[in-house]
Amino acid sequence: MNEFLTNMAGVIAAATPVVVAVIGETFSERSGVINLSANGLIVLAAMTGFAAAYLTGIVWIGLLAGFLTGAIAGLLISFSSISLKQSQVAVGFILSLLFRDLAYFLGTPFMVIPGPTVSGWAIPLLKDIPILGPLLFDQNVLVYFSYILIIASYYWIFHTRQGLVLRGVGEQPISAYSRGIDVNRQRYIYTALGSGLIGLAGPMYSLSIKAGWNGTMTGLDGIGWIVLSITIFGGWNPLRGSFGGYLFVFLQWLGLALQSYWTNVPSQVLQVAPFPLMILTLLFVNIGDTEWVTRMLATLPRGVRGAFYKLFRFLRKPPPASLGVPFERE
Amino acid sequence: MSKNRAFINFLFRISGVIAALLFTALVLLIAKANPWEAFSNIFLGAVSTPIKIADSFVAWVPLILATCGLVITFTTGLWNIGIEGQISLGAIMTTWALRLLQDSGLPPVVIILAGFLAGIAGGIVWALLAGMLKFYGGVSEIFAGLGLNFIATALTLWLIFGPWKRAGVASMSGTEPFDMSIWLPTLTGYRLSIWSLILAVVSVLIVYFILKHTVVGLRLKAVGKNYKAAIQMGISPSKYMLLSFVLCGVFAGLTGAVQVLGVYHRLIPSISSGYGFLGLLVAMLVDYQIVWAVPMALLFAALNIGGIQLPIMMKIDSTLSGVMQSSLVLFFMLMDGVRKKILKKEEEQSNE
Repeated sequence: MNEFLTNMAGVIAAATPVVVAVIGETFSERSGVINLSANGLIVLAAMTGFAAAYLTGIVWIGLLAGFLTGAIAGLLISFSSISLKQSQVAVGFILSLLFRDLAYFLGTPFMVIPGPTVSGWAIPLLKDIPILGPLLFDQNVLVYFSYILIIASYYWIFHTRQGLVLRGVGEQPISAYSRGIDVNRQRYIYTALGSGLIGLAGPMYSLSIKAGWNGTMTGLDGIGWIVLSITIFGGWNPLRGSFGGYLFVFLQWLGLALQSYWTNVPSQVLQVAPFPLMILTLLFVNIGDTEWVTRMLATLPRGVRGAFYKLFRFLRKPPPASLGVPFERE
Repeated sequence: MSKNRAFINFLFRISGVIAALLFTALVLLIAKANPWEAFSNIFLGAVSTPIKIADSFVAWVPLILATCGLVITFTTGLWNIGIEGQISLGAIMTTWALRLLQDSGLPPVVIILAGFLAGIAGGIVWALLAGMLKFYGGVSEIFAGLGLNFIATALTLWLIFGPWKRAGVASMSGTEPFDMSIWLPTLTGYRLSIWSLILAVVSVLIVYFILKHTVVGLRLKAVGKNYKAAIQMGISPSKYMLLSFVLCGVFAGLTGAVQVLGVYHRLIPSISSGYGFLGLLVAMLVDYQIVWAVPMALLFAALNIGGIQLPIMMKIDSTLSGVMQSSLVLFFMLMDGVRKKILKKEEEQSNE
């Protein structure tokens, strides 16, 4: 039991950067801008964050550097898609390659050297709560920050006026504009902020969970794509998205744990297990919306049909209506 | 007036190239390397000897083949990021066919052709899988493709370290190399095969012909340009999008087959060599025009070959080529955006 608790506390810690990045992407996409560069961005921010922390000896500067790397990337994406009206998918994809190559090229001097790491800090009193204490409150500050972020971002998006504006900008930019809201300004702000959070995930790895910078062996290539799919799975809701992040890392851990039982399954197969999982998840989330399923459902008796509709509505949350569409005033 | 406009467009493109070079120079300065030295090493590394020039063409063949396929999926408005996996599956199937037939006593020509056909089949299957996930599962082709890329990589590794492992010890160097008799014959002293060159040129011509001069090409374009109008014209978009996936799979499969038959002569872990993603960059850079992809792919291939010199001559990482390639496309797109913005302003002013 104790060992299982320790493992689950490890899962929560390992899921923290994923959760933070998913919330970042959620903010950006809620405003209508996809940051498709997340994969390269996390790798680059892991490098810049580690480099900054290594050069200054201060972890906080490393975390800040990761956030700034992301925020600058967000501004670049906003500029190209909002001001220059270029395709977000195209620019995002180019940047995901550029950021990754930049990280590997500029990161060479920082390869395989020990650097500062974020140290753990158990919260007094809270850590003594049975089960929950060791699970949630014997972690490091980054993990505590993520708890606050999950709750605050949910509250912000769904229970404040600013959140209403944010959702309006992503859903119905024209009506938001007619109410006197500067749509593009909102998009710039949320994309920069959200991308900053995606960037923050980088040093969360290189200064904590996968401490150090090991170039192509750092093993961060691929995480950004998972983040993008969990954002869809999460239906652009920070609570559901965070749940997706924890679930994903839990399943990853389960795969590794099962490896000792299934010795005949090659390790390469289990390492990529997240990706078929990602496809299957998106399949479950989206299949209710396809033509053939809709047609098939129509032939079913009413009661059964209703149950299916409910299930699909639960699984699939529609994306912000203006996601990826530049805003034109006319 | 139109001549003037063409000149302005040209100026914007050139300024994009200059911006990309300046950006790369800045990156080099940050890495405390001399930009001029790096650029000249890349240039010399690609063209200084006939062997190096031939090597650039060796890289050009798979790159232009991948671009051929991507131009078709882009025509229907699809982001076939899964092309890397489609290339890998092509390579896997080619290797499978060669392993099966290498001791059969059949003439090498037959074995090589079988290898190509198997490669095409592999590419089609993996492309269709992405297409089916999109149309019957509602999964965006970007995520379906990415997931399938990772699965293809795992499959490749599993084969190399499992069922197809080298006699003795399995390693990252790949499967047992095939007998020379079933390699694509190369020019003496070079790694370049005249047959793969011919294959690449014919592929370019076929794609050009399909898109410019056939009804199918016209319909593919209709689907990409205006989805709703295509439906009104009685064209089923999903049918033609699936078709574009299949066609792209053919060329991706050929890319994989060439990598096995003409370049590596075995299956290696990174058999796609990133040509799929590079092909996406080339296609974007030439605005999805296959004719322009021919020289641009050659430039990118030369950058790849020239980049090999960087670790040897200057002890800096060869990923600099990647930085140059992607920044070139990035600044090209940014400049294109600036150009459109300025032109729009001009039009508005002249309308007033």
